[in-house]
Amino acid sequence: MGLLITLKKGERAKIKKVSGNSTLRQRLLKMGLVPGELIEVERVAPLGDPIDVLIKDYHLSLRKEEARCIEIE
Amino acid sequence: MKEITICLAGNPNSGKTTVFNNLTGARQKVGNWPGVTVEKKEGEFEYNGVRIRVVDLPGTYSLTAYSIDERIARDFLIKENPDVVVPIVDASNLERNLYLVTELLELGANVVIDLNMMDMVGSKGWEMDVSGLSQVLGVPVVPTVANKKQGMELLKETILEAAKKRSTPLKIDYGKDIEDAISGLVRIISQYRGSANVLSSRWLAIKLLEKDPQIEGLILSLTDEHKILDKATEVAKRLEGLLGEDLETYLIERRYGFLSGLTKEFVKKKAALEERLTISDRVDKIVLNRWLGIPIFLFFMWLTFKLVFTVGGPFADYIDSFFGWLGETAKNLLGENWFSSLLSDGIIAGVGSVLVFLPNIMILFLAIGFLEDCGYMARAAFVMDRFMHALGLHGKSFIPMVLGFGCNIPGIMAARTLETRKDRILTILINPFMSCSARLPIYVLFAGAFFPKHAGFVIFSMYVLGIIVAIATGRLFKSLFFRGEVAPLIMELPPYRMPTIRGTLIHMWERSSVFLKKAGTIILGGVVLVWLLSSIPPGVEYASKESLIGRLGSFLAPLFKPAGFGFWQAAVALIFGILAKEVVVGTLGTLYGVEEKGLGSVLAKYFTPISAFSFMVMSLLYIPCIASIGVIKAETNSWKWTSLAVGWSLIVGWTMAVLFYQFGRIFA
Repeated sequence: MGLLITLKKGERAKIKKVSGNSTLRQRLLKMGLVPGELIEVERVAPLGDPIDVLIKDYHLSLRKEEARCIEIE
Repeated sequence: MKEITICLAGNPNSGKTTVFNNLTGARQKVGNWPGVTVEKKEGEFEYNGVRIRVVDLPGTYSLTAYSIDERIARDFLIKENPDVVVPIVDASNLERNLYLVTELLELGANVVIDLNMMDMVGSKGWEMDVSGLSQVLGVPVVPTVANKKQGMELLKETILEAAKKRSTPLKIDYGKDIEDAISGLVRIISQYRGSANVLSSRWLAIKLLEKDPQIEGLILSLTDEHKILDKATEVAKRLEGLLGEDLETYLIERRYGFLSGLTKEFVKKKAALEERLTISDRVDKIVLNRWLGIPIFLFFMWLTFKLVFTVGGPFADYIDSFFGWLGETAKNLLGENWFSSLLSDGIIAGVGSVLVFLPNIMILFLAIGFLEDCGYMARAAFVMDRFMHALGLHGKSFIPMVLGFGCNIPGIMAARTLETRKDRILTILINPFMSCSARLPIYVLFAGAFFPKHAGFVIFSMYVLGIIVAIATGRLFKSLFFRGEVAPLIMELPPYRMPTIRGTLIHMWERSSVFLKKAGTIILGGVVLVWLLSSIPPGVEYASKESLIGRLGSFLAPLFKPAGFGFWQAAVALIFGILAKEVVVGTLGTLYGVEEKGLGSVLAKYFTPISAFSFMVMSLLYIPCIASIGVIKAETNSWKWTSLAVGWSLIVGWTMAVLFYQFGRIFA
């Protein structure tokens, strides 16, 4: 239980809930970040932000701002 | 001949452009979608005696009303109702790619799925049951490898078949409560609908439950009564109470739930998530490495810059000298008269000043096209985003800014790589403040003449000032015109791929020809206009004090007095500078009747070091050159943004010049 942002590089977790305003939430959901899905933090950008996550079968980059909206189990 | 219209839809990086190129070959038209800056591509091909018109929809992940690209795609599907819609699906990233397909099916489109990149599926060690997928989805599925041109004939054949008869696509089951609500709404909607509308009632009902503003408007246009909308709101509220979350979220989850089941059934993945270290991942271990990421990025920037200006430069010089020679020759042949002057100083010079950019622009588009298509552009944005985000911009804005130091034209055109309108417009509008190489001769002249010991520092300060003004302008415009527009970074990092030579070349030519057509006319028009101002009334010496432009200069001169250069020659030079900034130097030489070598000492009679500095500030900031203006118009597709760029830079340029002069006088 926590936020995606607390995961370290290489760690994996199941998505529990996506919060945030409705436009952002729906964009994230449509990209496949749906509850129950496994998400892995692949790396952090050289300047510390954004992060690169592995979701479904692809890599997605998110700013930490957005990653804060993703709750994990 | 029988004619049908099809359109290609698909996620970015699904190989859609390659499929489009394969289908249509060289027969393509590029334009803009009505009223927006998004590129619209159309082409056609013939198959079995049928002419098939192909429209390439913007690459999107879904079909909502919330982003320009998605709205364009959706509007096209709703209004034009193409005979067949072909979603290009990246088979190696099946689940997320199919999300868009579920929306297309729901919309009631006549779908033929192109299951592309099948070679990647094999190399990942997956097994895919294509006919099983096709059966469950209820539409034809054609496996292809577009960049090797495999499966294209079958795709054409299937499209043609599908155009004859519609298949019955699947309906995703949203569960009893929601299905009841949908059928309830469908009943009411069907009472009001005219026969002309082809949209699926089920889709309308779902969109109403999702509170889609565009569809609510559409329903109101069918009937004045709010009965349908009221009913939808009421039902949605009840369902949301029942589900404990908002309906839109729930529906997306259901669609993905369906897709997840579908892929589990028809795709056998051998390796688990963590064991699939692909080549792409290995490359990223280096390219996005904590320590190497930025040096590698800077290297690519340097390489692009070098290619565009060092390789393109000599060609640009050849074109420049060719048109110079052509103008001279025309004058020699025709003698000195107004016609030969119009021909050489106006038209030939004008055409020359369009074509002179072509080598740089073609190389630029070759370079960024390659970076985009191979997948590096997204990485560049990933690496630079933090820095650019702090400036209120997007990671991808960095490349246009850097290119601006060479020339603002490619800089502004490179803003095409940005996805959101906000980022694109902001990046375009601040680009002219990046001090381009054409301004350097002005700095060299003035700094050399007035600050011989500190010339380097003075010139450097111009670059810094430009960057500061660009950042301040970006922040200001963002808060003025794009307030509250959230632009999150949700960007796919696609697997690296080798771009096809043909695709890259087609892309380069399309973009370059947009420059020629759209910006070219404005540039040519501007050059001819300045020629006219310099040549009337008839009989005056070209650009002399008595010519219209000279009089305009005299008229404007008092305005520049507070900035320290209130004489007509300076004003005329600045007007000529709009043609191309480096022309300022030559014009001053002509007006003071000296060669460039002696110009420094003559200028000392008119300028002080302080007014020289303020003149440099003015030259840096005031009005972008005519070619930049043309490109801003072509790229924003709006005179409003173009006039803002011109007006704002003039105000900032003048104000800063005055400030530097006045404060300079106090402190000196």
